Amino acid sequence: MFPYEKYLRLEKFPHIWCTGCGCGIILKSLLRTIEHSHLEKDDIALVSGIGCSSRTPGYVDFNTLHTTHGRAIAFATGLKLAKPGLKVIVVSGDGDATAIGGNHFIHAARRNLDITVIVYNNHIYGMTGGQASPTTPIGKKGSTAPYGTIEPSFDISGLAIAAGASFVARATCYHAVRLDKYLEQGLMKKGFSLIEVLSPCPTYYSRPNRLGTSVDMLRWYKDNSIMIEKAKTMTEEEKKGKIIIGVLEDRERPEFCDEYRKLCEKAKNHRR
Amino acid sequence: MKTKNKRFENARLITGNEACAEAAIVAGMRFFGGYPITPSSEIAEVLARRLPQVGGVFVQMEDELASMAAIIGASLAGVKSMTATSGPGFSLMQENIGYASMAEVPCVVVDVQRGGPSTGLPTLPAQADVMQARWGTHGDHPIITVAPSTVGETYEWTIKAFNLSEQYRVPVIILLDEIIGHINEKMIVPDPKDITILDRQRSTEAPDTYLPYQQTDSDIPLFADFGTGYRYNVTGLSHDETGFPTNDPQKIKALYCRLNRKIDRYRKQIIEYKTEYLGDAEICLVAFGSSARSAYRAVRLARQQGIKAGMLQLFVLWPFPYDTLAEIAKRIKTFIVPEMNLGQIAHEVSCATRKDVIKVNRVDGGLITPAEILERIKNVSV
Repeated sequence: MFPYEKYLRLEKFPHIWCTGCGCGIILKSLLRTIEHSHLEKDDIALVSGIGCSSRTPGYVDFNTLHTTHGRAIAFATGLKLAKPGLKVIVVSGDGDATAIGGNHFIHAARRNLDITVIVYNNHIYGMTGGQASPTTPIGKKGSTAPYGTIEPSFDISGLAIAAGASFVARATCYHAVRLDKYLEQGLMKKGFSLIEVLSPCPTYYSRPNRLGTSVDMLRWYKDNSIMIEKAKTMTEEEKKGKIIIGVLEDRERPEFCDEYRKLCEKAKNHRR
Repeated sequence: MKTKNKRFENARLITGNEACAEAAIVAGMRFFGGYPITPSSEIAEVLARRLPQVGGVFVQMEDELASMAAIIGASLAGVKSMTATSGPGFSLMQENIGYASMAEVPCVVVDVQRGGPSTGLPTLPAQADVMQARWGTHGDHPIITVAPSTVGETYEWTIKAFNLSEQYRVPVIILLDEIIGHINEKMIVPDPKDITILDRQRSTEAPDTYLPYQQTDSDIPLFADFGTGYRYNVTGLSHDETGFPTNDPQKIKALYCRLNRKIDRYRKQIIEYKTEYLGDAEICLVAFGSSARSAYRAVRLARQQGIKAGMLQLFVLWPFPYDTLAEIAKRIKTFIVPEMNLGQIAHEVSCATRKDVIKVNRVDGGLITPAEILERIKNVSV
C-alpha cells in the first residue's frame, strides 16, 4: 500500500467530494507522482481556484493556496516568479480554467512559465450545482442547459498547445497508471505543462444526462479512449465521439523564469 | 554644471508616477505585476526598466485581475509587491483586493485616478475613487488608503504605504490622480538614512506549532514565507487560526472582528494629516490629493484678505479621521470640501462634524482652481 498518509492532512478529512467523484483518483495519482519524483513537501506549492477540484490543496501537506475563482494560475505566476525554486502545481476544473480563468490559462502557456496545471474536466460546474460549462458536450444537459447545451465545447488540451505549452497530455480517471506517467513527465518538464484529466461527476453530470454511475463513466472512458498514436492513423469520422489520450505535445521552448534571468543580466549592464 | 550647494544635490525634477516607482524600489518592492492603463502606465514603464537592474521582477500581466492575483502570490513568497492602475482597472482588481484583506497579504495598489464611471476621462484628472478604495470589494474588510498631493509627498507616501501594508498585513491603496501622476515637479530625494523601512513580522515559531492566523495581543498574526518549511494553507474562505475553512460561527465572528479591529484600534497611529492656519480659523477647508494644492492657495489668499480660513490636508483617507474632525467641529462651524468628484469626502466630513458641509466640486476633467475655492470662502465669510 502506497503511504498516502505521508502527504495528507488527515485531520481535515472527511473530504467534501461526493461518492464516485474523480477528484480522489487524480489526487492519489498526483501524490504517487510526487513520491516517485522525490520532490520535497516544503518545495511544493499547490495552488487552486474555486470548485470541487480546487478543494484539493486543503487536504495535502504542502504550501497550499486556495485562491479566487479562475485566478489560480495568476496567483501561481506571482508565486513562481518570486520564488522560482518552488515547484508550483495548479489544480483547476474545466470552468475554473477555461471559462472564468481562460485568459490566465492561455497567457501562462504563452509565457511558458514553468508550472504544472492539472485540469479536472468533468464537463460541468459541480460545486455550484451542475450548471453547463465550456466543456459540456453539445446536447448534454446541465441545470442551466435544461434542453441540452447548444454551445460547442473547448478542447482544453488543444487550447494549451495552440497557446504555446511545452508539455500537454490527456488522460481519464480510468487510466490512472498512465496518468501517473503523464503527471511525472509534466512535473519534470521545464516550461508550462498541462495535464487534462477527464473525471466523472456522478452527481451533476451523469445523473441528469442518464449516464449511469461513476463506474459506468469509467467504463465509458475505457471503451471510448484511443491513444494519440492510433488516432493519427484514423479518419475524422472514425475519431468522432472518441477521447484522444496520451502525450499530445512535448517540445522545447524557452521558459519564462530562465528568460527573465537573462533579461536581468542584460539590464544590469545597461545601468544608467 | 555641477552645483556645490548640498541642498540641491538630491533635487530631482520628476513626475508623480516616476516618484512612486522610484520610492517603491527604495521601500524594498521587488515584484510588480501590472497592465497598461492611462494615466498610470509610466509607473509600469519605469519599473520595467528598473526592477531587472535591482534583481526584482517586472511582469506585464494579461489583465488587472491577473495583476492583482500575481502580486498576492509574490507577497506570499515574502516579496514586497505592487501594482498600478486607474479607475477601470481598479474596478477589476477589487475581488482580489478583498482576498488580500481576507488572507492578510501585504501589497500596495496604486490608483492614478481618472474621471469615471466606466472608461470615463482617461487623460483627465478626477478624485472619484475615494469610495471605491474603501468599499470597492464586497464584505466588511480592512483597508488603508493614502492620498499624496505633490511629487515629494508621493515619494514619501509610497514608502509609507509599504510600511503600513507590512506592519498591518493589509492591502494599501495609494490614490494619486492624473495631475500628480503627470506633473513634473521638483523634489528633494531624502537621504536613505532618514528613511524608515518596515518589514512584516515573521514567525520564529517552529513550523509544526505555527498558527498562520493566530489571535495575538496585537491582532496582527505573524507571517511565514511560502517555501520556507511552514506548510500552511491560505484561503479566501472564512477560516480559523490554522488557516483552514470553517463554518463554526464563533470562529467566523472572531476572524471578521479581528480583521476589522486590526486597523480600527491602530487608527491613531495610521492616520496622518497636516494643518495650516487652523488655530484661529473660522472656516476649515478639508482637502486631499491635487485639490489640496488649490485649497492651500485659496486659504493663503483668504488670509491676505483678512478672512480667517484654515486648512486640514488629509494624507490618510481610510481609516477616516472622524475623531479629528469632530474635535475641530467643536470650534469651527463652517467646513468647505473641494474635491474632484460629487462629494465623496464631503459626506464623511459631514458625518464626522454633524454639520452641513459646503462642497466645491468639479467632475468635468478640469482641476479646481484656487479662485473657485476662494469665492466660496468669501461667500460664507460675509
